[in-house]
Amino acid sequence: MTDAAMETAKPVATRPARTDFGLKKRYRVERRFRIYGVVAIALGLFFLVALISSIVLQGISAFRQANVEIDVLLDKAIIAPNGAVNTDALMTGNVFRYDDVIRNAFAAQLGIAKDDKGTARTAYNLVSKGARIQLRAMLAANPDLVGTRQKVSFLLDSNVDAFLKGHIDADIPESRRPIKDRDIAWIKQLEDSGALSMKFNTGLFTFGASSRPETAGVGVAVIGSLYMMAIVLALALPIGVAASIYLEEFAPQNRLTDLIEVNINNLAAVPSIVFGILGLAVFINFAGLPRSASLVGGLVLTLMTLPTIIIATRAALKGVPPSIREAALGVGASKMQAIFHHVLPLATPGILTGTIIGLAQALGETAPLLMIGMVAFVADYPVTPNDPATALPVQIYMWAGQAERAFVERTSAAIIILLAFLAIMNITAVFLRKRFERRW
Amino acid sequence: MKTKIFASAMALAAAGVLFSGAAEARDQIKIAGSSTVLPYANIVAEAFGEAFSNFKTPIVESGGSSAGLKEFCKGTGEDTIDIANASRAIKDKEVEACKAAGVTEIEEIKIGYDGIVFASDVNGPSFAFTPAQWFAALGAQVLVDGKLVDNPNTKWSQVDAALPEWDIAAYIPGEKHGTREVFEEKVLIAGCEATGALKAMVDGGMDKKDAHKACAKVRKDGKAVDIDGDYTETLSRIDSNRTGIGVFGLAFYENNRDKLKVATMDGVTPSVETIAKGEYPVSRPLFFYVKKAHLDVIPGLREYVEFFISDDMTGPGSPTANYGLVPAPDAEREATRADFAAGKTL
Repeated sequence: MTDAAMETAKPVATRPARTDFGLKKRYRVERRFRIYGVVAIALGLFFLVALISSIVLQGISAFRQANVEIDVLLDKAIIAPNGAVNTDALMTGNVFRYDDVIRNAFAAQLGIAKDDKGTARTAYNLVSKGARIQLRAMLAANPDLVGTRQKVSFLLDSNVDAFLKGHIDADIPESRRPIKDRDIAWIKQLEDSGALSMKFNTGLFTFGASSRPETAGVGVAVIGSLYMMAIVLALALPIGVAASIYLEEFAPQNRLTDLIEVNINNLAAVPSIVFGILGLAVFINFAGLPRSASLVGGLVLTLMTLPTIIIATRAALKGVPPSIREAALGVGASKMQAIFHHVLPLATPGILTGTIIGLAQALGETAPLLMIGMVAFVADYPVTPNDPATALPVQIYMWAGQAERAFVERTSAAIIILLAFLAIMNITAVFLRKRFERRW
Repeated sequence: MKTKIFASAMALAAAGVLFSGAAEARDQIKIAGSSTVLPYANIVAEAFGEAFSNFKTPIVESGGSSAGLKEFCKGTGEDTIDIANASRAIKDKEVEACKAAGVTEIEEIKIGYDGIVFASDVNGPSFAFTPAQWFAALGAQVLVDGKLVDNPNTKWSQVDAALPEWDIAAYIPGEKHGTREVFEEKVLIAGCEATGALKAMVDGGMDKKDAHKACAKVRKDGKAVDIDGDYTETLSRIDSNRTGIGVFGLAFYENNRDKLKVATMDGVTPSVETIAKGEYPVSRPLFFYVKKAHLDVIPGLREYVEFFISDDMTGPGSPTANYGLVPAPDAEREATRADFAAGKTL
């Protein structure tokens, strides 16, 4: 006994040294791993901040737009040469007559002599070419204004706008800048008289596509994107949820369902352009649906989103504990009742999150839309999903390729708008999950 | 229960969307094609929608000349496009394809010319190029001491002592661009001929067609960079490499004069005037093609074409000319209008 006690006592004395062996190293490894993690997150954050700040810095100025207030005499002799003053007569006929009215008023405001037509023309280049349309729409809506004198706020040309924002350097030689010395003098004159103002650029949200940067906006693109999202939601959610409930709860486990499962997972990773080619072949060439329509875009994006929704829904259904099902069946519920009354409501947060993430992915797609003709110049608002429209990412892509400098800031502004939409959707997803989530 | 009603309501709404007005008559012109013609088509389409308030603004798709013509040749009828924009003339093969699909009567409209310019960073020196220099700098095989060898030049100064000692870095349009074809034909092949390399190739036993093809080959060692995107990408390349030289459209250069310095070609500065007179060598005509069968069926189509070829839209001083389109000479524009009025087809 004593021998044995002595024998065991010996190792006890040496044990602390032995257990300590390697401990420091293991702590070091853990510390190193933590540092790696922090560095990875810091790098990610750095790139995110760099990306967002470069976009915001470039795009923020697009939310302001230079305007000029002109005191216009709405001369009846020019606007209604044949005497008829009604909406129809005002909307038809030579559109350039509205230019004459504004040009005369603008020249008078700058103190240009009445008979100096050439100078008046040059000066009028400072005002947006969209001014005539603005005035026509204003008078068509209210024909009584013809013959009166009105103070109207017009957009200034994008070059003037860029100059006022400091995007055009006044120090480079005159021949190489779009704003000449004489223009600068006129701009100064307008600034001093208080006619010139920087306003919030509502046009950026309301205008459709335009070749003039100052009258170009994302309005048509936003409507197109909303139509497509509505179609994707209306089609992909019910089809996706029905398919996953069947696959998860009712379908027998055999080779066929395994094959279907593999295929659904594969489809989720197929490049999106493939869905565009499919959409062109099936919806446009075969079914005869119109090109460039948000209806076709919505259908194509539905196909693209379905696998994501099915995978998310199946995962959510799997996440509901079997005890819930068994308890429902145990108290006499039918399989249908068990699923629809107990399992599905508990899986809802997961399904909604998956759906919203799928929608957000679809919102940012351009490639499939290229094939079905939605990468297009669309100026008129779509009334139904059957009318031609574009989408937000398409508008960004098209602006990015434009030669005019003023489109650079607008491209970034459109990216900010798209990011805002995506952020809203993702925040909704998080909120819904938090609200309905249940833990066991 | 609620979910069920919700789901069936959604399905009904979706079905309603699918079948509503699928067979409506089209009242909007549809255009597709070249991205070079796109800005001009946009300007005219927008002005058309504004000037003719009884017609809708046409839809202009971008995607390239070939893609546009392919779509154009799918057949006639409301579900096909009315106009294809092209930065090159239609090929015989495409006319055949059109005929096979029932598009037998095609009217060709020449809208003007596009200049292709060579430009470098605005703060660098001015350049005076010739096609021969470009061929010597970029050709895959060039003539050295009377022999065809793989291009040995690495600096512009080796090509011509008058050029600066810059590493050759040229940003040229990628092979899918229509601009590339013009660049090959008007610069590389012209330079090939001027340096005598073409003659050497033919003498060496190549037939003429193969020799032209060999002339148009660009070196693949990274001195010439194909840009598959648009000119904004070329501009950003020059921003990051101040000694690079890029190939741009005249319109793009005109809009970015504060960043780019244009080079002369054969001693001629590219401008709307020199291109219109035919003095500047690197230019090409721009076209659009319209289906005659659609002319009096699609509302506004005839008016749109007439509007496009009017002096107000594509003449000197017009909005498209201000953007950078080179108007065709007066006689040529007159002829285009007369041909369209007479309904002349290909």
